[in-house]
Amino acid sequence: MCLGIPGEIVEIPPDQTDLAKVDVSGVRRAVNIGLLDGQPLGPGDWVLIHVGFALSKIDEAEARAALEFLEGIGQAYEDELAALRDSSIGDSSTGDSSTER
Amino acid sequence: MRFVDEYRDADKARALSARIASLCEPGRSYKFMEVCGGHTHTIYKHGLEDYLPETITLVHGPGCPVCVIPMGRVDDAVHIAEQPDVIMTSFGDMMRVPGGRGSFFDSTAQGADIRMVYSPLDALKIARRNPERRVVFMAIGFETTAPSTAMTVLRAAAEGVRNFSVFCNHVTIIPAIKAILDSPDLRLDGFIGPGHVSTIIGCRPYEFIARGYGKPLVVAGFEPLDILQSVYMLLLQLAEGRSEVENQYARVVPWAGNVKALRAINEVMELRPYFEWRGLGFISHSALRMREKYAAYDAERLFAIPGGRVADPKACQCGEVLKGVLKPWECKVFGTACTPETPIGTCMVSSEGACAAYYNFGRFSRQRVREATR
Repeated sequence: MCLGIPGEIVEIPPDQTDLAKVDVSGVRRAVNIGLLDGQPLGPGDWVLIHVGFALSKIDEAEARAALEFLEGIGQAYEDELAALRDSSIGDSSTGDSSTER
Repeated sequence: MRFVDEYRDADKARALSARIASLCEPGRSYKFMEVCGGHTHTIYKHGLEDYLPETITLVHGPGCPVCVIPMGRVDDAVHIAEQPDVIMTSFGDMMRVPGGRGSFFDSTAQGADIRMVYSPLDALKIARRNPERRVVFMAIGFETTAPSTAMTVLRAAAEGVRNFSVFCNHVTIIPAIKAILDSPDLRLDGFIGPGHVSTIIGCRPYEFIARGYGKPLVVAGFEPLDILQSVYMLLLQLAEGRSEVENQYARVVPWAGNVKALRAINEVMELRPYFEWRGLGFISHSALRMREKYAAYDAERLFAIPGGRVADPKACQCGEVLKGVLKPWECKVFGTACTPETPIGTCMVSSEGACAAYYNFGRFSRQRVREATR
């Protein structure tokens, strides 16, 4: 839970200012980028993700070092990735939430 | 991947190790506490103590969010989960944490609907999908996870989701460090400061440690070399008679922290007068609760929780381990009655817990064990 996982932004949907599609070790998921307001973000940028929220923008070298490290710690990272894979933040766009409300 | 190789470079580690040794005063021993469970994990995984002179001891601190949840709060959460129409949601780490009446896993076996989520946003989504149910998110963690909970509550409020609430167990790291500094049990020479918590709170909140207590603190990254370099920076401060807050992890941690995240926490939550920490007891202003303004999202107000205090099992010495007074292997039940499969104490549950890290990596050298038990 406290593991920060680096993800590479692949897309920022224009209609959702606080969500970005990221790639984390091959898993594609939406994460909330609302806590990085004011920082220019776009495809190719790397962010450190905690429980579905990007907490900081990092450079690619840091991201690769962190990924290498995480892959080395084994089970804890596997569990985190599996949880991320099952997460459905990406579907919770403001669009569908208004119909679910 | 050159950068990675640089980090992995064993030669660099050995060079740092030599510089660390050269800074140690003959005849003096040093105790540095790594506050964060992530650092504990790195230290055991890579056997970093083998790179340090025997006069340096790394003491493991209270920075494992699952480990510090007291049994009474687990019982309160189980009580909420057992209420009709409730779906309890929580991070996977929480599922096996034992309370006085058992864990979340035990409750699911008895019919409670408890679901693991990756993010509080997943819990909110479950609430949207199940309007006839009351969905509660068991929020745990330090300042690293508190902003996510706060942002989720703000979102629930903005969308008018009325069947979502938070059982808030967020804790704050600074009062825990202060409690350890004020404890007579332990004399520390400095701190390896938490990396990811500091991305939120920044480095300034640690200044009282350097100024008021005269102890250096270095905010550190999670790579093995980050930790060795931080030990070097601590020793250098001591050798030069300085006590300052330094940031070894500046490539990720801004000095001022994440202002937007701090604002979100402050909007939704306020400090509790006191909160019980497993092993450390009651600590003033050490945890967060929901503000009155967000009472509609506060499970503590919505459900009548027992709120009782439950003493830890007698055999369990997590308290001493969390304060750094005992090494995991010095606990009487470590690896025998208490294992990751059947944990008695929280330190054996979470991958960030000192005992689980020790148990899983078995990096401790026999000599150190002999010394400790002599």
